[in-house]
Amino acid sequence: MTTFESATERLDRLLTLVPWLMTNQGIDLAQVAASFDVSQEQIVDDLQLLFVCGTPGHMPDDLIEASWEGGKLYVGNAETIATPLRLGRDEALALIVALRALAASTDPANRDAIDRALMKLEQASGESGSVANRVSFAVEDDQNAAHHLERLRSALSDHRRVSITYLAASRDESTDRDVDPMRVVQVGGYWYLEGWCHRADDVRLFRLDRIEALKVLEQDGTPPEHATSRPIGPGVFRPSEQDELVLLVLEPSAAWVVEQFPVESVVELADGYLEVGIRVADPQWLTRLIWRLGGQARVISPASLVESIRHAAQKALAMG
Amino acid sequence: MVRPSPAAVKTERLLNLVICLLYTRRPLSKARIRKLVPQYQDSSPDAFDRMFERDKDELRELGIPLRTEAIVESFEDDLGYRIDEREYRLPDVAFSADELAVIGLASRAWSQASLAGPAAQALRKLQASGLERDDASVLGLEPLLHTAEPQFEAVRKAVVQQYAISFSYRSGRDRALSDRKVEPWALTNWHGRWYLTGFDQDRQAARVFRLDRFSGKASKLRKQQTYHVPAEHDPRAMITASQSGTATSAIQLRLRSGKGASLRKQAARITTGEVWDELTVEGARLDRIVPDILSLGPDAIVTAPEEARVAVRAAIQRILSTHQGSEA
Repeated sequence: MTTFESATERLDRLLTLVPWLMTNQGIDLAQVAASFDVSQEQIVDDLQLLFVCGTPGHMPDDLIEASWEGGKLYVGNAETIATPLRLGRDEALALIVALRALAASTDPANRDAIDRALMKLEQASGESGSVANRVSFAVEDDQNAAHHLERLRSALSDHRRVSITYLAASRDESTDRDVDPMRVVQVGGYWYLEGWCHRADDVRLFRLDRIEALKVLEQDGTPPEHATSRPIGPGVFRPSEQDELVLLVLEPSAAWVVEQFPVESVVELADGYLEVGIRVADPQWLTRLIWRLGGQARVISPASLVESIRHAAQKALAMG
Repeated sequence: MVRPSPAAVKTERLLNLVICLLYTRRPLSKARIRKLVPQYQDSSPDAFDRMFERDKDELRELGIPLRTEAIVESFEDDLGYRIDEREYRLPDVAFSADELAVIGLASRAWSQASLAGPAAQALRKLQASGLERDDASVLGLEPLLHTAEPQFEAVRKAVVQQYAISFSYRSGRDRALSDRKVEPWALTNWHGRWYLTGFDQDRQAARVFRLDRFSGKASKLRKQQTYHVPAEHDPRAMITASQSGTATSAIQLRLRSGKGASLRKQAARITTGEVWDELTVEGARLDRIVPDILSLGPDAIVTAPEEARVAVRAAIQRILSTHQGSEA
């Protein structure tokens, strides 16, 4: 981490730090550093800078008072900058865009706090807030998922187990599972339930719009102690090294596969064809993908997969 | 004591300047400012001029409303500077504990994305009044926004500041690259992907672009013309329209019992049989439903309409021929 802070970036922090300290007199240095996401030394540096600044004249009475004795912070004589600077364009945009995304995916009956916060925020940010209209998270209206979300929130706060009927798209089958909820995460416009699945005996993610039925049970739903959340990136699903490597040749029209799924390797062949290596935990999932592509993808290896696809295609043609 | 770095000296100067301009009721002339801000005093008149111009720009860049006004008492039309305290400060909006909790969520949503810094700073500003957050009211909820596309920031700036950009774009159909010149209208996330909507200057038409298909850098066009985003612009409608095909008449198909859960979800009617169930799906788009049917392999058979039946059979035929004798 050798990025240096510019003078204006530091000024921006100081103009927020002063009001913050003035309303939280006597607060712990460690807590301030954590809140501002900088080191304790940096906060002390900041205070040292503050007490040589002040109103014109710069006589001792004009200067800002700052002290950090015993790790307790006090700031005084800084009335001119006692209120934070209004929200900048990016600041207003960040909060408004995220709140709107949250509102859009929450059951209208339960988003009172979000709506109130949005209204006040738009009011507080004035013109800076208006550009927020140009960046947005469009969310599919899914009343079912919004309903599930509300019930999961109450299950989480009451520590209750839930029973769900879940349609796993990769297998195209519905299963009933008991789950101890750990959190509800929104990624890429979808909400996921992360919890301890008693059927898999492991932590699992369930997309809310694929939950066909959800019941909050009377049973205690505290997840086992060793159940830990997984870091969730833009692609929720990550392949593992142990999964079988399948080699495919994709026609140019099927190139989207490379963007959609995490692939191991891509080699560009002549005429826009791609040779793609993909790690597959579930061969059934891949078979379904190959069929879905209707001849735009050819499996090269393993030979057993080529054989099973050919066999299934012959069978399908014989039936219809 | 450690000697202050040049950056620290500059921060001191800027902070004193801000305090000075907030403190004054009347606009201050440049000469006056030079006397009042200690860090300006040692520099030569030329150096001061340059420094002051830069400082003004940087403060405005930070969002500080620095005003330039005529000095009334002056005989000549001298210009002065001040910061209007009412324009400067965050309006006095009191957020309740549950409102701050959802704002906290919104702020943390960016923690792994490009606006993490501004989102955290905004939350700190709103919390400077000492209000407590009621985090229990949002227990277990965790919205996460992602901006993994390398060109996100460049495009976001262009959208927010409204200037035309050029970039190299890979077609989704054949992966061919083409150079585009676009007047950005909106940046929208739809099903986890970022899309730019805007006016394509070469094609003279509105277009949708996926940010993950940008190749290389998006850069500001040298020749800029002012443009307006159409008032009725609906990015989501434009994105979904760019992805849709045409709807067909009702599709009749047979599914092996227990198979095809997602197709069953779409079905208007299901008649269950011993081995095969009969389904009717209404209003589906052929280009969408054919892959869904195909993905079931020999567990699905289309019976009507003829165009769907032919499309599915032709695709299976292709699957068979591509996998015939291909074992090396």
